Amino acid sequence: MKIAVASGKGGTGKTTVSSSLVSVWESPVIALDLDVEEPNLHLFLNPEFTDKRMANMEIPKIDDALCSKCGQCGELCQFKAISLMGEVLMTFPEMCHGCGGCIAICPEGALTKDFRELGEITWGKNGKNEFLMGRLRVGEAMSPPLMRAVKEKLGEMLDASSTDVIPKDVIIDAPPGVSCPAINAVMDSDLIILVTEPTPFGFYDMKLAHEAFLPMGKPMGVVINRAGLGNSEVYDYCNEVKLEIFAEIPYDRKIAEAYANGDVISESSDEMKQIFISLADKVKEKAGSNASQGGAA
Amino acid sequence: MNEILIISGKGGTGKTSLTAAFAHLAKNHVICDLDVDAPDMHLILKPENTKSVEFISGHEAVINPDKCEACGKCLEMCQYGAVNENDDIFSINPLKCEGCKVCVEFCPVDAIDFPDRKCGHWYSSDTRFGPMIHAQLFPGEENSGLLVSLLRKKAKELAGEKGLDLILSDGTPGIGCPVIASLSGVTLAVIVTEPTPSGRHDMERVAELCGHFNIPAGIIINKYDLNEKEAAAIEAYSRKKGFTLFGNLPHDPVITRAMINAQAITEYEDNDFAKQLTGIWEQIIRTVKPVK
Repeated sequence: MKIAVASGKGGTGKTTVSSSLVSVWESPVIALDLDVEEPNLHLFLNPEFTDKRMANMEIPKIDDALCSKCGQCGELCQFKAISLMGEVLMTFPEMCHGCGGCIAICPEGALTKDFRELGEITWGKNGKNEFLMGRLRVGEAMSPPLMRAVKEKLGEMLDASSTDVIPKDVIIDAPPGVSCPAINAVMDSDLIILVTEPTPFGFYDMKLAHEAFLPMGKPMGVVINRAGLGNSEVYDYCNEVKLEIFAEIPYDRKIAEAYANGDVISESSDEMKQIFISLADKVKEKAGSNASQGGAA
Repeated sequence: MNEILIISGKGGTGKTSLTAAFAHLAKNHVICDLDVDAPDMHLILKPENTKSVEFISGHEAVINPDKCEACGKCLEMCQYGAVNENDDIFSINPLKCEGCKVCVEFCPVDAIDFPDRKCGHWYSSDTRFGPMIHAQLFPGEENSGLLVSLLRKKAKELAGEKGLDLILSDGTPGIGCPVIASLSGVTLAVIVTEPTPSGRHDMERVAELCGHFNIPAGIIINKYDLNEKEAAAIEAYSRKKGFTLFGNLPHDPVITRAMINAQAITEYEDNDFAKQLTGIWEQIIRTVKPVK
Protein backbone atom coordinates (compact mmCIF):
# COMPACT_ATOMS: atom_id res chain seq x y z
CA MET A 1 0.00 0.00 0.00
CA LYS A 2 1.02 3.57 -0.58
CA ILE A 3 0.46 6.19 2.12
CA ALA A 4 0.76 9.89 1.23
CA VAL A 5 1.51 12.43 3.96
CA ALA A 6 0.24 15.83 2.79
CA SER A 7 -0.83 19.08 4.36
CA GLY A 8 -1.94 22.17 2.49
CA LYS A 9 -0.02 24.50 4.79
CA GLY A 10 3.73 24.07 4.95
CA GLY A 11 5.51 23.39 8.21
CA THR A 12 2.67 21.55 9.91
CA GLY A 13 4.73 18.39 10.40
CA LYS A 14 4.60 16.28 7.23
CA THR A 15 8.22 15.23 7.55
CA THR A 16 7.81 14.62 11.30
CA VAL A 17 4.90 12.25 10.58
CA SER A 18 6.54 10.58 7.55
CA SER A 19 9.84 9.90 9.30
CA SER A 20 8.10 8.62 12.43
CA LEU A 21 5.79 6.33 10.45
CA VAL A 22 8.79 4.90 8.59
CA SER A 23 10.48 4.33 11.94
CA VAL A 24 7.60 2.43 13.57
CA TRP A 25 6.39 0.54 10.46
CA GLU A 26 6.94 -3.16 11.12
CA SER A 27 7.50 -4.47 7.59
CA PRO A 28 10.08 -2.98 5.18
CA VAL A 29 8.97 0.20 3.42
CA ILE A 30 10.18 2.50 0.71
CA ALA A 31 10.46 5.98 2.20
CA LEU A 32 9.76 8.36 -0.70
CA ASP A 33 10.36 12.11 -0.56
CA LEU A 34 8.30 13.74 -3.33
CA ASP A 35 8.82 17.29 -2.07
CA VAL A 36 11.43 17.74 -4.79
CA GLU A 37 11.69 21.53 -4.31
CA GLU A 38 12.64 21.24 -0.66
CA PRO A 39 13.28 17.58 0.23
CA ASN A 40 13.84 17.09 3.98
CA LEU A 41 13.06 13.47 4.83
CA HIS A 42 16.71 12.39 4.41
CA LEU A 43 17.79 14.95 7.03
CA PHE A 44 15.89 12.96 9.66
CA LEU A 45 16.18 9.36 8.39
CA ASN A 46 19.88 9.69 7.40
CA PRO A 47 19.77 6.99 4.70
CA GLU A 48 22.89 5.54 3.16
CA PHE A 49 22.74 6.69 -0.46
CA THR A 50 23.86 4.01 -2.89
CA ASP A 51 23.17 5.50 -6.31
CA LYS A 52 21.75 8.41 -8.26
CA ARG A 53 20.82 9.51 -11.74
CA MET A 54 19.95 12.77 -13.44
CA ALA A 55 16.41 13.40 -14.61
CA ASN A 56 16.04 15.27 -17.87
CA MET A 57 13.26 16.71 -19.95
CA GLU A 58 13.25 16.32 -23.71
CA ILE A 59 13.36 19.69 -25.40
CA PRO A 60 13.81 20.61 -29.09
CA LYS A 61 17.09 21.37 -30.86
CA ILE A 62 17.00 23.17 -34.20
CA ASP A 63 18.94 22.14 -37.28
CA ASP A 64 19.02 25.46 -39.15
CA ALA A 65 20.11 23.78 -42.39
CA LEU A 66 16.87 21.76 -42.50
CA CYS A 67 14.42 24.37 -41.09
CA SER A 68 12.15 25.85 -43.79
CA LYS A 69 10.82 28.58 -41.41
CA CYS A 70 7.25 27.34 -41.81
CA GLY A 71 6.48 28.25 -38.18
CA GLN A 72 4.17 25.29 -37.45
CA CYS A 73 6.14 24.41 -34.32
CA GLY A 74 5.65 27.90 -32.85
CA GLU A 75 1.94 27.85 -33.67
CA LEU A 76 1.46 24.54 -31.86
CA CYS A 77 3.59 25.37 -28.80
CA GLN A 78 1.34 26.50 -25.93
CA PHE A 79 4.23 27.59 -23.74
CA LYS A 80 6.07 30.09 -25.97
CA ALA A 81 9.11 27.81 -25.87
CA ILE A 82 9.73 27.85 -29.62
CA SER A 83 8.94 30.74 -31.89
CA LEU A 84 9.64 31.99 -35.39
CA MET A 85 10.79 35.58 -34.96
CA GLY A 86 11.03 37.13 -38.39
CA GLU A 87 13.26 34.70 -40.26
CA VAL A 88 14.87 33.23 -37.16
CA LEU A 89 13.52 30.20 -35.27
CA MET A 90 14.36 30.44 -31.59
CA THR A 91 13.89 28.15 -28.60
CA PHE A 92 13.40 29.17 -24.98
CA PRO A 93 14.43 25.98 -23.18
CA GLU A 94 13.29 27.07 -19.68
CA MET A 95 9.72 27.52 -20.94
CA CYS A 96 9.48 24.07 -22.54
CA HIS A 97 7.12 21.51 -20.97
CA GLY A 98 8.60 18.62 -22.97
CA CYS A 99 5.39 17.70 -24.79
CA GLY A 100 7.29 16.77 -27.95
CA GLY A 101 4.69 18.44 -30.19
CA CYS A 102 7.14 20.62 -32.12
CA ILE A 103 9.40 17.69 -32.95
CA ALA A 104 6.41 15.61 -34.08
CA ILE A 105 4.86 18.34 -36.24
CA CYS A 106 8.01 19.57 -38.02
CA PRO A 107 7.59 18.59 -41.71
CA GLU A 108 11.33 18.89 -42.42
CA GLY A 109 12.68 16.79 -39.56
CA ALA A 110 14.61 19.91 -38.51
CA LEU A 111 13.94 19.43 -34.79
CA THR A 112 15.62 16.75 -32.76
CA LYS A 113 15.72 15.87 -29.08
CA ASP A 114 17.91 17.78 -26.69
CA PHE A 115 17.72 17.73 -22.90
CA ARG A 116 17.16 20.10 -20.02
CA GLU A 117 18.33 18.95 -16.63
CA LEU A 118 15.45 18.84 -14.13
CA GLY A 119 17.30 17.57 -11.12
CA GLU A 120 18.64 14.47 -9.46
CA ILE A 121 17.07 11.24 -8.29
CA THR A 122 18.88 9.62 -5.36
CA TRP A 123 18.21 6.34 -3.60
CA GLY A 124 19.65 4.03 -1.02
CA LYS A 125 19.14 1.94 2.12
CA ASN A 126 17.80 2.94 5.50
CA GLY A 127 18.08 -0.04 7.85
CA LYS A 128 15.51 -2.58 6.69
CA ASN A 129 13.93 0.09 4.49
CA GLU A 130 14.71 1.60 1.13
CA PHE A 131 14.88 5.34 0.51
CA LEU A 132 14.15 7.39 -2.61
CA MET A 133 14.08 11.12 -3.25
CA GLY A 134 14.17 13.73 -6.00
CA ARG A 135 15.95 17.05 -5.75
CA LEU A 136 15.01 19.84 -8.15
CA ARG A 137 17.87 21.76 -9.75
CA VAL A 138 17.99 25.29 -8.28
CA GLY A 139 16.64 27.56 -11.01
CA GLU A 140 14.38 24.89 -12.53
CA ALA A 141 10.74 26.01 -12.34
CA MET A 142 8.83 22.79 -13.00
CA SER A 143 8.63 20.14 -10.31
CA PRO A 144 5.94 17.74 -11.72
CA PRO A 145 8.20 16.36 -14.51
CA LEU A 146 10.89 15.48 -11.96
CA MET A 147 8.21 13.96 -9.71
CA ARG A 148 7.12 11.76 -12.63
CA ALA A 149 10.72 10.62 -13.11
CA VAL A 150 11.02 9.81 -9.38
CA LYS A 151 7.80 7.80 -9.57
CA GLU A 152 9.23 5.84 -12.51
CA LYS A 153 12.18 4.92 -10.30
CA LEU A 154 9.74 3.92 -7.56
CA GLY A 155 8.08 1.59 -10.07
CA GLU A 156 11.48 -0.02 -10.76
CA MET A 157 12.14 -0.46 -7.03
CA LEU A 158 8.71 -2.02 -6.48
CA ASP A 159 9.19 -4.34 -9.46
CA ALA A 160 12.59 -5.40 -8.13
CA SER A 161 11.03 -6.34 -4.80
CA SER A 162 7.89 -7.93 -6.29
CA THR A 163 9.07 -11.40 -5.26
CA ASP A 164 9.46 -10.37 -1.58
CA VAL A 165 7.42 -12.43 0.86
CA ILE A 166 5.78 -9.24 2.17
CA PRO A 167 5.13 -6.58 -0.50
CA LYS A 168 6.83 -3.30 0.36
CA ASP A 169 4.63 -0.44 1.48
CA VAL A 170 5.47 3.10 0.40
CA ILE A 171 5.37 6.15 2.67
CA ILE A 172 5.31 9.38 0.68
CA ASP A 173 6.36 12.76 2.07
CA ALA A 174 4.39 15.18 -0.17
CA PRO A 175 5.05 18.84 -0.95
CA PRO A 176 2.89 21.53 0.71
CA GLY A 177 0.01 23.23 -1.07
CA VAL A 178 -2.91 21.92 -3.07
CA SER A 179 -1.83 22.73 -6.63
CA CYS A 180 -0.28 20.42 -9.21
CA PRO A 181 2.83 19.26 -7.28
CA ALA A 182 0.77 18.23 -4.23
CA ILE A 183 -1.88 16.53 -6.38
CA ASN A 184 0.88 14.71 -8.29
CA ALA A 185 2.33 13.41 -5.04
CA VAL A 186 -0.91 11.97 -3.64
CA MET A 187 -2.71 10.78 -6.78
CA ASP A 188 -1.27 7.25 -6.79
CA SER A 189 -1.64 6.62 -3.06
CA ASP A 190 -4.11 4.35 -1.29
CA LEU A 191 -4.63 6.67 1.66
CA ILE A 192 -3.90 10.31 2.40
CA ILE A 193 -2.87 11.61 5.82
CA LEU A 194 -3.52 15.35 6.18
CA VAL A 195 -1.18 16.85 8.75
CA THR A 196 -2.43 20.10 10.23
CA GLU A 197 -2.20 22.28 13.32
CA PRO A 198 -5.16 23.73 15.22
CA THR A 199 -4.59 27.34 14.16
CA PRO A 200 -6.52 29.56 11.70
CA PHE A 201 -3.85 29.09 9.00
CA GLY A 202 -3.62 25.34 9.63
CA PHE A 203 -7.39 24.99 9.48
CA TYR A 204 -7.89 27.08 6.32
CA ASP A 205 -5.20 25.23 4.37
CA MET A 206 -6.32 21.79 5.61
CA LYS A 207 -9.82 22.55 4.37
CA LEU A 208 -8.38 23.51 0.96
CA ALA A 209 -6.40 20.27 0.88
CA HIS A 210 -9.39 18.18 1.93
CA GLU A 211 -11.55 19.74 -0.79
CA ALA A 212 -8.77 19.32 -3.37
CA PHE A 213 -8.16 15.65 -2.59
CA LEU A 214 -11.79 14.61 -2.01
CA PRO A 215 -12.65 14.07 -5.73
CA MET A 216 -9.96 11.36 -5.89
CA GLY A 217 -12.14 9.24 -3.61
CA LYS A 218 -9.31 7.99 -1.42
CA PRO A 219 -9.56 7.28 2.30
CA MET A 220 -8.33 10.32 4.23
CA GLY A 221 -7.63 11.12 7.84
CA VAL A 222 -6.10 13.90 9.86
CA VAL A 223 -3.11 14.12 12.16
CA ILE A 224 -3.31 17.18 14.38
CA ASN A 225 0.15 18.38 15.29
CA ARG A 226 0.76 20.85 18.13
CA ALA A 227 -2.59 19.85 19.66
CA GLY A 228 -3.51 22.26 22.45
CA LEU A 229 -1.80 25.22 20.78
CA GLY A 230 -4.68 26.99 19.10
CA ASN A 231 -8.45 26.82 18.76
CA SER A 232 -11.18 24.31 17.91
CA GLU A 233 -11.87 25.08 14.21
CA VAL A 234 -10.02 22.00 12.91
CA TYR A 235 -11.89 19.72 15.32
CA ASP A 236 -15.27 21.28 14.48
CA TYR A 237 -14.63 20.87 10.75
CA CYS A 238 -13.51 17.22 11.06
CA ASN A 239 -16.60 16.52 13.10
CA GLU A 240 -18.87 18.27 10.63
CA VAL A 241 -17.55 16.58 7.46
CA LYS A 242 -16.90 13.21 9.18
CA LEU A 243 -13.17 13.37 8.60
CA GLU A 244 -11.50 11.03 11.05
CA ILE A 245 -8.73 12.31 13.34
CA PHE A 246 -6.14 9.52 13.21
CA ALA A 247 -3.79 10.97 15.81
CA GLU A 248 -2.86 14.03 17.84
CA ILE A 249 0.68 15.10 18.64
CA PRO A 250 0.70 17.41 21.67
CA TYR A 251 2.09 20.94 21.58
CA ASP A 252 5.31 20.66 23.51
CA ARG A 253 8.46 22.73 23.21
CA LYS A 254 10.49 19.53 23.79
CA ILE A 255 9.12 18.07 20.54
CA ALA A 256 10.04 21.24 18.64
CA GLU A 257 13.54 21.04 20.13
CA ALA A 258 13.88 17.36 19.20
CA TYR A 259 12.87 18.20 15.62
CA ALA A 260 15.35 21.08 15.58
CA ASN A 261 17.98 18.57 16.66
CA GLY A 262 17.20 16.34 13.66
CA ASP A 263 15.53 13.59 15.73
CA VAL A 264 12.80 11.27 14.49
CA ILE A 265 9.98 12.21 16.88
CA SER A 266 8.68 8.66 17.41
CA GLU A 267 12.14 7.76 18.71
CA SER A 268 12.27 10.69 21.14
CA SER A 269 10.07 9.17 23.87
CA ASP A 270 7.87 6.14 24.65
CA GLU A 271 4.80 8.34 24.60
CA MET A 272 5.59 9.52 21.06
CA LYS A 273 6.40 5.99 19.93
CA GLN A 274 2.97 4.81 21.10
CA ILE A 275 1.23 7.65 19.24
CA PHE A 276 2.87 6.62 15.96
CA ILE A 277 2.35 2.87 16.49
CA SER A 278 -1.37 3.58 16.92
CA LEU A 279 -1.30 5.83 13.85
CA ALA A 280 0.39 3.08 11.79
CA ASP A 281 -2.26 0.56 12.92
CA LYS A 282 -5.05 2.98 12.06
CA VAL A 283 -3.57 3.70 8.63
CA LYS A 284 -3.18 -0.01 7.80
CA GLU A 285 -6.75 -0.69 8.86
CA LYS A 286 -8.19 2.17 6.76
CA ALA A 287 -6.00 1.66 3.69
CA GLY A 288 -6.13 -2.13 3.78
CA SER A 289 -9.33 -2.65 1.82
CA ASN A 290 -8.32 -0.02 -0.74
CA ALA A 291 -4.69 -0.96 -1.18
CA SER A 292 -2.90 -2.06 -4.31
CA GLN A 293 -0.42 -4.89 -3.99
CA GLY A 294 3.05 -3.80 -5.07
CA GLY A 295 3.54 -3.62 -8.84
CA ALA A 296 3.67 -0.47 -10.95
CA ALA A 297 3.78 3.03 -9.52
CA MET B 1 8.93 51.43 -6.83
CA ASN B 2 10.38 49.14 -4.18
CA GLU B 3 9.25 45.55 -3.96
CA ILE B 4 10.02 43.52 -0.83
CA LEU B 5 9.27 39.79 -0.96
CA ILE B 6 9.08 37.53 2.09
CA ILE B 7 10.02 33.90 1.35
CA SER B 8 11.31 30.93 3.31
CA GLY B 9 12.05 27.78 1.33
CA LYS B 10 10.49 25.65 4.05
CA GLY B 11 6.84 26.20 4.89
CA GLY B 12 5.61 27.11 8.36
CA THR B 13 8.59 29.22 9.42
CA GLY B 14 6.36 32.27 10.00
CA LYS B 15 6.34 34.10 6.64
CA THR B 16 2.71 35.13 6.73
CA SER B 17 2.58 36.16 10.40
CA LEU B 18 5.66 38.32 9.88
CA THR B 19 4.40 39.77 6.59
CA ALA B 20 1.08 40.69 8.22
CA ALA B 21 3.01 42.61 10.90
CA PHE B 22 5.16 44.33 8.24
CA ALA B 23 1.94 45.25 6.41
CA HIS B 24 0.82 46.91 9.64
CA LEU B 25 4.13 48.76 10.12
CA ALA B 26 4.78 49.80 6.50
CA LYS B 27 3.63 53.06 4.96
CA ASN B 28 2.55 53.98 1.42
CA HIS B 29 2.33 50.39 0.31
CA VAL B 30 0.31 47.78 -1.54
CA ILE B 31 0.07 44.39 0.13
CA CYS B 32 0.32 41.40 -2.15
CA ASP B 33 -0.28 37.75 -1.22
CA LEU B 34 1.63 35.77 -3.83
CA ASP B 35 0.77 32.44 -2.24
CA VAL B 36 -2.02 31.71 -4.70
CA ASP B 37 -2.17 28.04 -3.77
CA ALA B 38 -2.73 28.11 0.01
CA PRO B 39 -3.07 31.83 0.83
CA ASP B 40 -3.50 32.77 4.49
CA MET B 41 -2.82 36.50 4.83
CA HIS B 42 -6.50 37.39 4.27
CA LEU B 43 -7.28 35.56 7.53
CA ILE B 44 -5.44 38.33 9.40
CA LEU B 45 -6.09 41.29 7.10
CA LYS B 46 -9.81 40.58 6.51
CA PRO B 47 -10.05 42.20 3.06
CA GLU B 48 -13.17 44.20 2.22
CA ASN B 49 -14.77 45.73 -0.90
CA THR B 50 -13.25 42.90 -2.84
CA LYS B 51 -13.34 43.00 -6.63
CA SER B 52 -13.05 39.51 -8.06
CA VAL B 53 -11.77 38.61 -11.54
CA GLU B 54 -11.71 35.14 -13.08
CA PHE B 55 -8.20 33.89 -13.92
CA ILE B 56 -8.16 32.01 -17.19
CA SER B 57 -4.88 30.55 -18.33
CA GLY B 58 -4.18 28.10 -21.09
CA HIS B 59 -6.50 25.33 -22.21
CA GLU B 60 -7.35 21.76 -21.41
CA ALA B 61 -8.00 18.84 -23.71
CA VAL B 62 -11.42 17.17 -23.59
CA ILE B 63 -12.23 14.12 -25.74
CA ASN B 64 -15.61 14.18 -27.44
CA PRO B 65 -16.84 10.58 -27.10
CA ASP B 66 -19.24 10.94 -30.08
CA LYS B 67 -16.37 11.66 -32.46
CA CYS B 68 -13.61 9.51 -30.92
CA GLU B 69 -12.78 6.40 -32.98
CA ALA B 70 -10.50 4.91 -30.32
CA CYS B 71 -7.37 4.86 -32.49
CA GLY B 72 -5.15 5.51 -29.46
CA LYS B 73 -3.01 8.22 -31.09
CA CYS B 74 -3.56 10.61 -28.15
CA LEU B 75 -2.54 7.94 -25.64
CA GLU B 76 0.58 7.21 -27.67
CA MET B 77 1.63 10.87 -27.92
CA CYS B 78 0.78 12.29 -24.47
CA GLN B 79 3.94 12.79 -22.43
CA TYR B 80 2.02 13.31 -19.18
CA GLY B 81 0.08 10.06 -18.84
CA ALA B 82 -3.09 12.12 -18.99
CA VAL B 83 -5.01 9.89 -21.40
CA ASN B 84 -7.01 7.06 -19.85
CA GLU B 85 -8.36 4.12 -21.85
CA ASN B 86 -11.01 1.79 -20.58
CA ASP B 87 -12.61 -0.73 -22.99
CA ASP B 88 -11.86 1.53 -25.97
CA ILE B 89 -13.36 4.55 -24.20
CA PHE B 90 -10.73 7.32 -24.12
CA SER B 91 -10.78 10.22 -21.70
CA ILE B 92 -8.40 12.89 -20.37
CA ASN B 93 -7.49 13.20 -16.70
CA PRO B 94 -7.65 16.98 -16.16
CA LEU B 95 -5.29 16.71 -13.17
CA LYS B 96 -2.55 15.38 -15.44
CA CYS B 97 -3.27 17.38 -18.62
CA GLU B 98 -0.78 20.24 -19.12
CA GLY B 99 -2.68 21.77 -22.02
CA CYS B 100 0.07 21.21 -24.62
CA LYS B 101 -2.41 20.63 -27.51
CA VAL B 102 -0.44 17.71 -28.94
CA CYS B 103 -3.41 15.31 -28.73
CA VAL B 104 -5.73 17.96 -30.23
CA GLU B 105 -3.35 18.54 -33.14
CA PHE B 106 -2.66 14.90 -33.94
CA CYS B 107 -6.15 13.42 -33.46
CA PRO B 108 -7.00 12.17 -36.96
CA VAL B 109 -10.76 12.76 -36.54
CA ASP B 110 -10.67 16.09 -34.65
CA ALA B 111 -12.39 14.52 -31.66
CA ILE B 112 -10.57 16.53 -28.99
CA ASP B 113 -11.85 19.93 -27.87
CA PHE B 114 -9.53 22.51 -26.29
CA PRO B 115 -11.56 24.90 -24.13
CA ASP B 116 -10.13 27.68 -21.94
CA ARG B 117 -8.95 26.58 -18.55
CA LYS B 118 -10.42 28.47 -15.62
CA CYS B 119 -7.72 28.29 -12.97
CA GLY B 120 -9.04 30.48 -10.16
CA HIS B 121 -9.75 34.09 -9.20
CA TRP B 122 -7.69 37.11 -8.35
CA TYR B 123 -8.89 39.91 -6.11
CA SER B 124 -8.30 43.58 -5.42
CA SER B 125 -9.37 44.59 -1.92
CA ASP B 126 -9.13 47.17 0.83
CA THR B 127 -7.71 46.29 4.24
CA ARG B 128 -7.08 48.26 7.42
CA PHE B 129 -3.37 48.26 6.46
CA GLY B 130 -3.86 49.44 2.87
CA PRO B 131 -4.89 48.06 -0.51
CA MET B 132 -4.30 44.36 -1.14
CA ILE B 133 -3.94 42.17 -4.23
CA HIS B 134 -4.51 38.46 -3.72
CA ALA B 135 -5.80 35.33 -5.41
CA GLN B 136 -6.95 31.75 -5.01
CA LEU B 137 -6.23 29.02 -7.52
CA PHE B 138 -8.75 26.25 -7.88
CA PRO B 139 -7.44 23.09 -6.20
CA GLY B 140 -5.05 21.04 -8.32
CA GLU B 141 -4.44 23.80 -10.88
CA GLU B 142 -1.12 24.75 -12.33
CA ASN B 143 -0.01 27.99 -13.99
CA SER B 144 0.50 29.48 -10.56
CA GLY B 145 3.63 31.20 -11.91
CA LEU B 146 1.53 33.09 -14.45
CA LEU B 147 -0.95 34.09 -11.76
CA VAL B 148 1.89 35.27 -9.51
CA SER B 149 3.24 37.42 -12.38
CA LEU B 150 -0.26 38.81 -12.99
CA LEU B 151 -0.67 39.74 -9.30
CA ARG B 152 2.66 41.57 -9.30
CA LYS B 153 1.62 43.50 -12.41
CA LYS B 154 -1.74 44.42 -10.83
CA ALA B 155 -0.04 45.46 -7.59
CA LYS B 156 2.32 47.76 -9.53
CA GLU B 157 -0.59 49.30 -11.46
CA LEU B 158 -2.51 49.87 -8.24
CA ALA B 159 0.52 51.43 -6.52
CA GLY B 160 0.96 53.69 -9.56
CA GLU B 161 -2.69 54.81 -9.47
CA LYS B 162 -2.62 55.52 -5.77
CA GLY B 163 0.84 57.07 -5.70
CA LEU B 164 2.28 54.39 -3.38
CA ASP B 165 5.94 53.45 -3.48
CA LEU B 166 6.25 50.03 -1.86
CA ILE B 167 4.91 46.58 -2.70
CA LEU B 168 5.10 44.16 0.20
CA SER B 169 4.60 40.56 -0.86
CA ASP B 170 4.12 37.28 0.95
CA GLY B 171 5.62 34.42 -1.08
CA THR B 172 5.17 30.65 -1.26
CA PRO B 173 7.28 27.84 0.13
CA GLY B 174 9.60 25.94 -2.18
CA ILE B 175 11.92 27.03 -5.00
CA GLY B 176 9.80 26.19 -8.05
CA CYS B 177 7.62 28.01 -10.53
CA PRO B 178 5.64 30.33 -8.19
CA VAL B 179 8.75 31.32 -6.22
CA ILE B 180 10.75 32.05 -9.37
CA ALA B 181 7.85 34.14 -10.71
CA SER B 182 7.65 36.09 -7.44
CA LEU B 183 11.40 36.71 -7.21
CA SER B 184 12.48 38.14 -10.56
CA GLY B 185 13.44 41.80 -10.27
CA VAL B 186 12.36 42.44 -6.65
CA THR B 187 14.30 45.04 -4.63
CA LEU B 188 14.89 42.72 -1.68
CA ALA B 189 14.05 39.16 -0.69
CA VAL B 190 13.65 38.59 3.06
CA ILE B 191 14.12 34.91 3.89
CA VAL B 192 12.40 33.76 7.09
CA THR B 193 14.01 30.57 8.35
CA GLU B 194 14.13 28.48 11.52
CA PRO B 195 17.06 26.72 13.22
CA THR B 196 16.13 23.16 12.25
CA PRO B 197 17.89 20.83 9.80
CA SER B 198 15.07 21.33 7.29
CA GLY B 199 14.83 25.09 7.89
CA ARG B 200 18.54 25.53 7.21
CA HIS B 201 18.61 23.13 4.22
CA ASP B 202 15.63 24.85 2.57
CA MET B 203 16.92 28.37 3.36
CA GLU B 204 20.21 27.52 1.63
CA ARG B 205 18.37 26.37 -1.50
CA VAL B 206 16.14 29.45 -1.69
CA ALA B 207 19.16 31.69 -0.96
CA GLU B 208 20.99 29.98 -3.82
CA LEU B 209 17.96 30.73 -6.01
CA CYS B 210 18.20 34.44 -5.04
CA GLY B 211 21.87 34.32 -6.04
CA HIS B 212 20.94 32.64 -9.34
CA PHE B 213 18.68 35.61 -10.18
CA ASN B 214 20.98 38.25 -8.62
CA ILE B 215 18.42 39.31 -6.02
CA PRO B 216 19.71 40.95 -2.80
CA ALA B 217 18.60 38.85 0.16
CA GLY B 218 18.50 39.12 3.93
CA ILE B 219 17.66 36.62 6.63
CA ILE B 220 15.46 36.48 9.72
CA ILE B 221 15.89 33.49 12.04
CA ASN B 222 12.52 32.81 13.65
CA LYS B 223 12.32 30.53 16.75
CA TYR B 224 16.11 30.97 16.98
CA ASP B 225 16.19 29.64 20.56
CA LEU B 226 14.95 26.15 19.55
CA ASN B 227 18.49 25.21 18.62
CA GLU B 228 21.20 27.80 19.04
CA LYS B 229 23.78 25.62 17.28
CA GLU B 230 21.65 25.49 14.12
CA ALA B 231 20.98 29.23 14.47
CA ALA B 232 24.72 29.88 14.64
CA ALA B 233 25.23 27.74 11.52
CA ILE B 234 22.62 29.82 9.67
CA GLU B 235 24.32 33.04 10.79
CA ALA B 236 27.71 31.74 9.64
CA TYR B 237 26.24 30.76 6.27
CA SER B 238 24.65 34.21 5.84
CA ARG B 239 27.88 36.01 6.64
CA LYS B 240 29.85 33.80 4.27
CA LYS B 241 27.40 34.44 1.43
CA GLY B 242 27.08 38.15 2.17
CA PHE B 243 23.40 38.15 3.14
CA THR B 244 22.18 40.74 5.64
CA LEU B 245 21.15 39.26 8.99
CA PHE B 246 18.07 41.25 9.94
CA GLY B 247 17.72 39.60 13.33
CA ASN B 248 16.52 36.70 15.42
CA LEU B 249 13.07 36.12 16.91
CA PRO B 250 12.20 33.73 19.75
CA HIS B 251 9.91 30.69 19.69
CA ASP B 252 6.81 32.25 21.24
CA PRO B 253 3.19 31.04 21.15
CA VAL B 254 2.08 34.70 21.33
CA ILE B 255 2.21 34.62 17.53
CA THR B 256 -0.54 31.96 17.49
CA ARG B 257 -2.67 33.90 19.96
CA ALA B 258 -2.50 36.96 17.72
CA MET B 259 -3.40 34.79 14.71
CA ILE B 260 -6.46 33.41 16.50
CA ASN B 261 -7.49 37.01 17.23
CA ALA B 262 -7.06 37.80 13.52
CA GLN B 263 -4.49 40.43 14.47
CA ALA B 264 -0.98 41.17 13.32
CA ILE B 265 1.44 40.46 16.17
CA THR B 266 2.26 44.19 16.27
CA GLU B 267 -1.43 45.02 16.86
CA TYR B 268 -1.85 42.41 19.55
CA GLU B 269 -1.38 43.27 23.23
CA ASP B 270 1.98 44.69 24.33
CA ASN B 271 4.61 41.98 23.77
CA ASP B 272 8.37 41.64 23.34
CA PHE B 273 8.10 39.68 20.13
CA ALA B 274 6.38 42.65 18.47
CA LYS B 275 9.03 45.07 19.74
CA GLN B 276 11.84 42.95 18.29
CA LEU B 277 9.95 42.55 15.04
CA THR B 278 9.43 46.31 14.78
CA GLY B 279 13.20 46.78 15.09
CA ILE B 280 13.74 44.24 12.32
CA TRP B 281 11.26 46.04 10.05
CA GLU B 282 13.02 49.36 10.60
CA GLN B 283 16.26 47.71 9.57
CA ILE B 284 14.68 46.16 6.45
CA ILE B 285 13.20 49.45 5.31
CA ARG B 286 16.55 51.21 5.77
CA THR B 287 18.22 48.78 3.35
CA VAL B 288 15.92 49.67 0.45
CA LYS B 289 16.49 53.01 -1.23
CA PRO B 290 13.84 55.67 -0.74
CA VAL B 291 11.78 56.22 -3.88
CA LYS B 292 12.11 59.73 -5.28
